[in-house]
Amino acid sequence: MSILVTPETKILIQGITGDFGGRHAKLSLDYGTKVVAGVTPGKGGQFFEHGTHKVPIFNSVAEAAAATGATVSAIFVPPPFAGDAILECVDAGLDLAVAITEGIPVKDMVRVKRAMQGKKTRLLGPNCPGVVTPGTGKDSFGGCRIGIAPGYIHKKGHVGVVSRSGTLTYEAVFQLTSKNIGQTTCVGIGGDPVNGTSHLDVIKLFNADPETHGMILIGEIGGNAEVEAARWIKANCKKPVAGFIAGATAPAGRRMGHAGAIVGGAEDTAAAKIAVFKECGIEVASTPSDMADALLRAAKAKGVTLS
Amino acid sequence: MTSRMNIHEYQAKALFEKFGVPVPQGASAKSAAEFDAALASLPEGPTMVKSQIHAGGRGKGTFTDGFKGGVKFCKTKADAKEIAGKMINNTLVTVQTGPAGRKVQTIYFTVASDIKKEYYLAILLDRASSKPVIVGSTEGGVEIEKVAHDTPEKLFKILVDPAYGLADFQVRELIFKLGFTGAEAKNAAKLIRNLYNAYWATDAAMIEVNPLITTPTGDVLALDAKVSFDDNALFRHPEIVALRDLNEEDPKEIEASKFSLSYIALDGNIACLVNGAGLAMSTMDIIQHFGGTPANFLDVGGGASKDQVVAAFKIILGDPNVKGILVNIFGGIMDCNVIATGIVEAVKEVGLKLPLVVRLEGNNVAAGKATLAASGLKLVSGDTMADAAQKIVKLVAA
Repeated sequence: MSILVTPETKILIQGITGDFGGRHAKLSLDYGTKVVAGVTPGKGGQFFEHGTHKVPIFNSVAEAAAATGATVSAIFVPPPFAGDAILECVDAGLDLAVAITEGIPVKDMVRVKRAMQGKKTRLLGPNCPGVVTPGTGKDSFGGCRIGIAPGYIHKKGHVGVVSRSGTLTYEAVFQLTSKNIGQTTCVGIGGDPVNGTSHLDVIKLFNADPETHGMILIGEIGGNAEVEAARWIKANCKKPVAGFIAGATAPAGRRMGHAGAIVGGAEDTAAAKIAVFKECGIEVASTPSDMADALLRAAKAKGVTLS
Repeated sequence: MTSRMNIHEYQAKALFEKFGVPVPQGASAKSAAEFDAALASLPEGPTMVKSQIHAGGRGKGTFTDGFKGGVKFCKTKADAKEIAGKMINNTLVTVQTGPAGRKVQTIYFTVASDIKKEYYLAILLDRASSKPVIVGSTEGGVEIEKVAHDTPEKLFKILVDPAYGLADFQVRELIFKLGFTGAEAKNAAKLIRNLYNAYWATDAAMIEVNPLITTPTGDVLALDAKVSFDDNALFRHPEIVALRDLNEEDPKEIEASKFSLSYIALDGNIACLVNGAGLAMSTMDIIQHFGGTPANFLDVGGGASKDQVVAAFKIILGDPNVKGILVNIFGGIMDCNVIATGIVEAVKEVGLKLPLVVRLEGNNVAAGKATLAASGLKLVSGDTMADAAQKIVKLVAA
């Protein structure tokens, strides 16, 4: 199995007629992903065509979901309208909304996150690369690719990857695939201060997934999401986990006031997060080039086979 | 990295007044010629002279000519004018400016308030709960980090539910915890509510008042004001964009933003050019890991067109400390050959003389590497991030 999405998952794309959304809709179709609908208000009834694919476009998410059975949306809507696009997915009762959009105002996300409380829809992102469950074809084609990640670097297998950063996720996946180690699912949760699914949410899903034998947890400075995930791993997770934290050299200053330091807490620096990782039994990658090797070390120590 | 737009204290206080948050009467001046007019609008008596720069620690700062204190108390307006003359166009160094300091280009005069007690008040995002948090303390006018560390029981936090806004009972809770009574309590409650309205209505990233003061007559005033805004929301606040002071920003960062490049200058000598914020941060980390020092953070984003790469090289080379460049691109969707062509053209256009290491990986990477090799440029190729970082550190040290 995989987490969040499978190769059978039907997806719709909000903003499919835009440059960005259209380009990635084509790449997902090429990858073999079941892109069954597009949503662009005012363009309902038209089609998004690519090769032999003819994807119907609808005026609303609810209409698109009802007509096609889509359960997941990829959101490529510009920042001023992206919060509303997420709420539309919630209203339509989708399982998952993946917000790729970068630059959504924090206040919009504060309101959206509050509105999602108690609702069934899960949010990934915003400002994230999306999610990939690799397929069994050449270069992992035949899988489910939602968002902007390069599909071909993946390989179907048994490692789960979760990260805030897009390019760092690709770096980790590329290292794994180069070593012939495949992945169950690779999840980008996004770099914004207010996001939907957390590191911990994804770690719990990987832990419960029997196909996932090990995980790579990639974090950054700021916030306490990585620390929260690490503490849970220490108490609940038997699978090998490798971790990396970016931003050890990021300038600490560059802020005018001091309130951020007292609310952010003492554990939001790279050094503090790395210390917590070590304390929680997570094998820390010394550099970003060391992520796959770190997982191999963790797996060896626990006698777990990754491939 | 999320970024924020900062404004000056005098601008923040004008904003406060607009939202009904009381501040001491004040007036700003952008040159010595404007001092008389600014002071004429204030009553005769004790006056504060405050240097306006986007950095904290002004009071304890020192000017580069040796004059001490960027915020001064003066007994008369005449004294205030004289002191302001020593500050304007002088460069102030504080704990937050770095050794180069900041040139003071605006002076803010205010009536010196009679202080009964100092408090601390701030509103910002609590990331853990994704809600606005109001932080108050009975210990104002001091370093709040120290209060949080030594006496955390003197720090009070209230989380605001974004669905309902700030509730009256929450305001009362904070008022009682801070020990306000009588007229003070009434005035403080009104101030907190109005300050929260300002935070929410303007898409502020952070508002910090340190100190908030009470006076012997029962007034409650914001004596200082630090305000920053969420960059992502500026599109709906043209009135706030108009407050931007480009003098307070690094010219290289302004130039970078014109090409949709995210650039932050640092103190090291190895420049880096990377796609993606996470990869850019970890490229800086890996340079340091192998004994080098990064000169900047530079994220060219998901695209990296030739024009962007040329602009990025020019910005990097504008920093005289730079002794070498590391390009680290993971071309996921992009064709690495397009990026390689952009690098070659950029290097030729700027006539690069410094050592350059390029690590290219991803889509069509073989063609990209061939383009670099055939260019005749004296660049070094790195296979992995670790390999590339070690090579540039060695070249710069040589």
